[in-house]
Amino acid sequence: MKMLFALLSLSSSVALLAADPEYTIQLREHRFTPSELKVPAGAKIKLIIDNQDTTAEEFDSFALNREKIVFPNSKAIVFIGPLKPGRYEFVGEFNQSSAKGALIAE
Amino acid sequence: MFAAALIVFRESLEAALVMGIVAAATRPIAGRGWWITLGAGAGVVGAVGVAAVAESISQMAGGAGQELFQAIVLALAVAMLAWHNVWMARHGREMAMQARDLGQSVVRGDVALTAIVTAIALTVLREGSETVLFLLGIATSSASSRTTLAIGSLLGLAAGGASGVLIYAGLLRVPVNRLFVVTGWLILLLAAGMAGQFARVLIQADLLPALASPLWDTSSWMPDDSALGTLLHALLGYQAQPSATQVLFYVAALVFILAAMRRAQSRPAT
Repeated sequence: MKMLFALLSLSSSVALLAADPEYTIQLREHRFTPSELKVPAGAKIKLIIDNQDTTAEEFDSFALNREKIVFPNSKAIVFIGPLKPGRYEFVGEFNQSSAKGALIAE
Repeated sequence: MFAAALIVFRESLEAALVMGIVAAATRPIAGRGWWITLGAGAGVVGAVGVAAVAESISQMAGGAGQELFQAIVLALAVAMLAWHNVWMARHGREMAMQARDLGQSVVRGDVALTAIVTAIALTVLREGSETVLFLLGIATSSASSRTTLAIGSLLGLAAGGASGVLIYAGLLRVPVNRLFVVTGWLILLLAAGMAGQFARVLIQADLLPALASPLWDTSSWMPDDSALGTLLHALLGYQAQPSATQVLFYVAALVFILAAMRRAQSRPAT
């Protein structure tokens, strides 16, 4: 418990020292824009998913190890990485046939 | 339809496996069927309730509300499963002895039942609230696709439920003197898997560092979305690309619960 607390305060103080670069992807009619997004490798990033649809979506990526519900007409924040260089695919799990995208870390 | 079936199947699998394993683990306890049903029912009601307020939860704590809520639910479920296992470590022998006499189900297991009913309710609640949100999305889709999506969802739920029945049926074939050892290990691994997920959601919200990420990558030979990967994820908390922090929490939960069980075993109930 003490360790968890130490880790928590450590991570929040790191977050205060250097704001993580922010990226936004939009979701409209169950499609991501941009569908491919270049992000720096080796750095933690703050990804904002802006759902402009009227239904909830689940941002889901096995490669990124992330999963989060994004509510209708609202934004969700997901912290990602630091990533090794490469291509990381993600989907909107509730509409997988159209909601596809990838982060390209380089 | 297939996509809907798969989504609901994935969401219901873990809860169904927890219920199947717990049903086997509490076999000699009188009235356990009602308690397990109660736990699942409470979980479903809770899932609908959570789904209704999920959007407000999500906006709390600067957008980390969803993760914090999941982390709390996961931590409670881990505690309940651990509590159940510790209780079983203390009473397992007498339960095995009584279970051997056919038709005997007389052991009073209030503590074990409280723990597992809560664990089941929490697992159904966590997985179920996502399913409810998915189904709400379906409800607003066009009438033609609504029917097929609804059928798909039902099929997915049925498949998830069948997995729970299957593991229960399999566990019933284990000789009763070894049953509680087997279910004890399964519940231990379920709890460790949830501890790993606990770390994952906190990393996602930037409340824990990821440390080495991924610590390993087995996605080329057992991807997360493969059938076996999905099953192992639900049972053992398998992930193809976990971060070191997740693995740390997984191992820590495993060691702590195991130590508590050993301690309880060496001091059996009087």
